[in-house]
Amino acid sequence: MTPETPRAGDGRAPDVFTPGGFVPMTGFPEREPVDFAIVGAGAGGATLAAKLAEAGFSVVVFDAGPFWRPLDEFASDELEQQKLYWTDPRITGGDDPIALGGNNSGRGVGGSTIHFSMISLRFRPEWFKARSRLGYAVDWPISYEEIRPYYAEAEQALKVAGPVRYPWGPLRGPYPYRPHEVNAPGLVLGRGAEKLGVKWCATPLATVSAPRGKSPPCVYRGFCNFGCSTNAKQSALVVWIPRALKAGAEVRDMAMVTRIEIDRDGLASGVHYVREGESRFQRARNVVVAGYAIETPRLLLNSACPQFPDGLANASGLVGTHLMTHASPGVWATFEEEIRWYKGPPNMAVCEHWNYADEGKDFAGGYAFMSQGPLPMAWAQTVATSRGLWGPALRQQMLRYNHTAGFAPVAETEPRPQNRVELAEETDAYGLKIPKVVFGYSGNDRALQRHSLRFMSEMLEAAGGRDLWTSTDTSHLLGTCRMGDDPRTSVVNADGRTWDIANLWICDGSLFPTSGGVNPSLTIQALACRIGERIKTLARRGELACAP
Amino acid sequence: MARGYPGYDVLAKWRTPSFDEKTREVVRRRIAQPPPRRFFTGPEQQLVEAIVARLIPQPDRAEPIPLAAMLDAFMADGRGQGYRNEAMPPLEQAWRLGLAAIEAEARTRFGRSFAEAAPEDQDAVLRAVQSGEVDRAAWRSMDPASFFREALLKITAGLYYAHPAAWSEIGFGGPASPRGYVRLGLDESDPWEAREAAP
Repeated sequence: MTPETPRAGDGRAPDVFTPGGFVPMTGFPEREPVDFAIVGAGAGGATLAAKLAEAGFSVVVFDAGPFWRPLDEFASDELEQQKLYWTDPRITGGDDPIALGGNNSGRGVGGSTIHFSMISLRFRPEWFKARSRLGYAVDWPISYEEIRPYYAEAEQALKVAGPVRYPWGPLRGPYPYRPHEVNAPGLVLGRGAEKLGVKWCATPLATVSAPRGKSPPCVYRGFCNFGCSTNAKQSALVVWIPRALKAGAEVRDMAMVTRIEIDRDGLASGVHYVREGESRFQRARNVVVAGYAIETPRLLLNSACPQFPDGLANASGLVGTHLMTHASPGVWATFEEEIRWYKGPPNMAVCEHWNYADEGKDFAGGYAFMSQGPLPMAWAQTVATSRGLWGPALRQQMLRYNHTAGFAPVAETEPRPQNRVELAEETDAYGLKIPKVVFGYSGNDRALQRHSLRFMSEMLEAAGGRDLWTSTDTSHLLGTCRMGDDPRTSVVNADGRTWDIANLWICDGSLFPTSGGVNPSLTIQALACRIGERIKTLARRGELACAP
Repeated sequence: MARGYPGYDVLAKWRTPSFDEKTREVVRRRIAQPPPRRFFTGPEQQLVEAIVARLIPQPDRAEPIPLAAMLDAFMADGRGQGYRNEAMPPLEQAWRLGLAAIEAEARTRFGRSFAEAAPEDQDAVLRAVQSGEVDRAAWRSMDPASFFREALLKITAGLYYAHPAAWSEIGFGGPASPRGYVRLGLDESDPWEAREAAP
């Protein structure tokens, strides 16, 4: 079986925990409408699929990529594992073009949680009211108090391993699992933080520090960004998909959704998709788009029809706009000691000082930063492209691999309308217009990054690093279908329900009105848990097109 | 620092718990006889051989890592990087255009092909491409410096350090499943990790 042949179907789906194994799976006929067709099986879609199936709804979740069995298919190899990324054609442009592909995409059931760094941080509470409380960007339509129980639910579901007392933010209980032992690059961060008098801690990570069901504890093999071959990582594939299947959801892998169908009443009636070269149609009472910040707006725009000539849910004209990323400029140094940063999860220590401090800033917003652990291929590319090294100089610098440590931030960027996803004229293998991503940093974005580079450099030197140098990069893609309180300034409401089409929903990182200074996956999963609860409530009240 | 790891060979762990079956399969393919040329033309392949010999010279290796063949396989498989800059043509076209332009630059400067030029002249051409100080006519609308950084150097460097011989060279632990590591701290290493040469 090639990776491109669907593995889920005929009443069974791959068992992620058993080599070559299968688990039973419900199959829904295409001509009968299911309650929910969910497009995308990542942090948003897989989580919502589990929540809705457990609530008794009929659910089919589609993913364009394969249904992996990590134990059989994930090699300890950077190049081989490039297969986890979305590599369909895309164009990137603007003043500061964002590198796409491996940086911020996933193709396969589990989405980018297959190769995410597992960093599981909550947003600072004030960020949900960034405009009213901190004076920048916009407010979210929900408060921290509203999402807090769902953060707790997501942390429990993932058995996040973290400190007993997290040093920033409101008082919270201990993490479900004990923190991981911090590796050498993390200890470098700790040493620097203590010299500078700021707090640091073991990063809360979604990889288990003790056995959990069929997941063994993390063995610190260090290939986390290339897929976890032991299932210690609590990805959506390992956590939410088995729950969804058990509760009666169907997963269709290798199924590229090409268009959302709109009926005469202006409601969504199902999704067109391509599987094994055939065009197919699944009827549905509700459609949820969960394709992340590029594919979600792309699908809405590509689904334009006579009733909605500018694309679905786009009366505001905001679909695709306010794209945000996290800037991640790196600072690197050589150390006398052996660091050997290939061991353990790549980001085992974190400093959120500048997310929570409001004094001494020449910018709005915040950033966390973490210790780093790149593997040789990615590291060589950083060294070569950032410093322009080649020839003997490149090989010489690479010999310092085991003596290098460094930090990189998750640096907030502002939501701005000109940063966006739009359709190019060029089409892909499905005949769909490919996305074009346009991005540029604002003055504030740049000031924030300068500050982070200054502070991280100071800390790295305080920790004993020398020969410092810097690199540029980005991670995560957010916004493009922002949630809000006003149909004129947002695409969906606080429940992820589009303002224009009552049975069309969005559930992924494209909902974010602001990006915050932390990795988004925990917030995406918390939002999905909340949206699942809200849909249950709305159904009970008879405010949906279906009831469980 | 940078003392190297003499005698360390990642592949010596082949039959240990650091290698699982899937990884063996992948690495076996990587180190096998390179597949026949599929993407570059014959003359292009010669030019690529000459370029990569300057980008990553391997005078110390009896059996150099077959970078040109790895590049050909990478391009033929067409997996690419998942995006392209709006100022760049698709990767395949970018490579053909860039190679032709490098060849033209060498001929303009030295009156002979890049592959036949002296190593220091080859380096001069590559430095000129890297800094964008070349005759732009042959590059059409493509920015030479972007091509050098994002396509030529980035992919070549990545592929070199995707080879087990390069892992051994820099003391990388290599494949690590299912065993992983136990000793994670500063100056700590497991018995199955590389030993650095004494100062």
